[in-house]
Amino acid sequence: MKIKRRAFLKAATGGGVLLAAQGPAQALARGEKKALPPNAKGILYDATLCVGCQSCMVACKKANYLPVESTDLLQLWDNPRDLSGKTINVIKKFENGSAARKDQAVDGYSFVKRHCMHCIDPSCVTACPVSALIKNPDTGVVTYNKDACIGCRYCQIACPFNIPKFQWDSPTPEIVKCQLCNHLLAKGEISACCGACPTGASLFGPVEMLLAEAKRRLTLTPGTYQDFPVSSIGAGFPAQYQSHQVAKYIPHVYGENEVGGTQVLLMAGVGFGLLGLPDLPAESFVKLADGIQYAIYKGMVYPLVVLGALIYMIRRGEDNLEKKE
Amino acid sequence: MEVNKPVGGKLFTRTFLALFTIALIGMFFVAKRYMYGLGAVTNLNDGFPWGIWIAYDVVVGTALACGGYSMALMVYVFNKWEYHPLVRSALLTSMFGYTLAGVSVLIDVGRYWQAYNIVVPWYSNLHSVMFEVALCVGLYILVLWVEFAPAVLEKFKADALHARLNRYIFAFIALGVLLPTMHQSSLGTMMLMAGYKLSPLWRTGFLPLLFLISAITMGFAVVIVESCLASLLFKRPLETPLLAKLAGVIPWLLMVYLVVRVEDVNLRGLLPLAFSGGLQSDLFLLENALFFLALLILIYPSNQRNPRLLFAAACTLLAAGGLYRFNTYIVGFDPGTGWQYFPSAPELLITFGIIAIELMGYAWFVKRLPVLPVLEPIQAKM
Repeated sequence: MKIKRRAFLKAATGGGVLLAAQGPAQALARGEKKALPPNAKGILYDATLCVGCQSCMVACKKANYLPVESTDLLQLWDNPRDLSGKTINVIKKFENGSAARKDQAVDGYSFVKRHCMHCIDPSCVTACPVSALIKNPDTGVVTYNKDACIGCRYCQIACPFNIPKFQWDSPTPEIVKCQLCNHLLAKGEISACCGACPTGASLFGPVEMLLAEAKRRLTLTPGTYQDFPVSSIGAGFPAQYQSHQVAKYIPHVYGENEVGGTQVLLMAGVGFGLLGLPDLPAESFVKLADGIQYAIYKGMVYPLVVLGALIYMIRRGEDNLEKKE
Repeated sequence: MEVNKPVGGKLFTRTFLALFTIALIGMFFVAKRYMYGLGAVTNLNDGFPWGIWIAYDVVVGTALACGGYSMALMVYVFNKWEYHPLVRSALLTSMFGYTLAGVSVLIDVGRYWQAYNIVVPWYSNLHSVMFEVALCVGLYILVLWVEFAPAVLEKFKADALHARLNRYIFAFIALGVLLPTMHQSSLGTMMLMAGYKLSPLWRTGFLPLLFLISAITMGFAVVIVESCLASLLFKRPLETPLLAKLAGVIPWLLMVYLVVRVEDVNLRGLLPLAFSGGLQSDLFLLENALFFLALLILIYPSNQRNPRLLFAAACTLLAAGGLYRFNTYIVGFDPGTGWQYFPSAPELLITFGIIAIELMGYAWFVKRLPVLPVLEPIQAKM
């Protein structure tokens, strides 16, 4: 019996180590890039069209009932330095040298708009233990439910864009993030920031159309005047257009492939790294972690088998002990 | 035949009062946290949402509480019944360690009054590593209390209940091995989700395996340290021969750990990064040097029988495993937007308060309940 037992143990532990070692490989093999939800809505932000007026920030705060965040000494203005528990949409500015020309990396400047990217395979949704963050299966909007949230902040650890923020100064804190004005979408309206944008820098619409529009802009000749849609596209009524001089774009639509793709897309005349957007792989970080969990815990088969084996061994051990005594 | 006995002695010693003061200070700041929010007592921020409470109280704390798990593995799975006398005191530290880790979580989570949502079926997210860890740790705390119950039942001579519990305890022992295997490895998987924000020196698919192996070795080390300290403090003979035998297992585990750890970093071409200087690289080297030092001491059987070296090696191992966890959760983590974190004084004082409560509880339990093994006096040099 002893020998059999040892052989079983060897096999069991060997199997466990093998499984753990296979983890990464299996994880990578699991699943291809996730598909866009059928009615995926998103925002195309074009930094070359943005004039930095911050109308979007005002509209966002109004639409989402968010408090003013003053960082100046006199506390006169709403001027958040970054996203926070009070601010879910922010315009920031990159400057270099003399900052003389817009959309130029050297001696130039550029604005950038930061808010939730509404990832196609969101880390926060996988991370959240209580489904407080969920991705709408139809529109793909990532929403937050404070009645589910336990405040563990794993979403903050997991988000590659550092978007979810926490109300540190509240005894009943919530996670705060852009939900693409989900409450307005339900009424057939568009995200407040896009409705307020005077130049079309923030454009609301179906993600596929936004991506096509972004690709079209990359083909335009810099310096020529062209028509750009304002507020929204694909809403069933003719879009408004404005004529702008085409800037020299970085030939990349940020969010097309980053971490498996995002529903918020960005275009700019300076490198995205300069605008504080991380250089990310096309593969979602969810896959490795979720894949390992999946490989080990699928249907709870392995844990139950191990539990059964443990019970068997413990009972046998107790029997042997009793016999000895 | 019973093998465990209360130590006896005075409860309210000067040390006890000192610990009580530390606990009171901690509780003051806990009250402040519940009244004014986490920002009022911690240096946590949107870049570093997890600080010392998660890294130490939960992640290191539960690893330090793996004594019960490691001993259960030895006794029940590998059938080494000679270690049985050590099980109960190991279970006691595990019970305290895990229970207080659970308490720390309730101090750390923002919306603690909804913590039960974890087990509400329509909220549970089966894909979440956090879900699995929370559920496993919660269940394991219950299992530990049941596993430890015989000590209490013996004390109060509740023999009928004791006999009934004994009939079913095998199921709890089995869960007591399965659950830590699951969540100690998942505590490693947890940080994989941080993606590029976690330095590649720590971010690897082997995180779960490395966390599991190091947790088991830390469990053995804790049993050794605790036994040595109990002998010293309560003026009991040393359990050296048994501990030496136990220590013989550790080098093998450490060898596997170090081969996987170093080869993983090497094969991914990260050795230049490991030697690049800077805080991350320095602490990476220190972490692995500590593991290597523990291995170096324990690999010689003669050292295993030397109480001083055995104690030193066990402490080194605890430091190594603790640093590995700190590195994975805080040092190696960089959200990349200029955020910084170092625990605030109140944050540290809450942690110290929790440790003080743990020590007071331990002292009370071993003095009044049959926990520590009965030993024949052994001549030992220390």
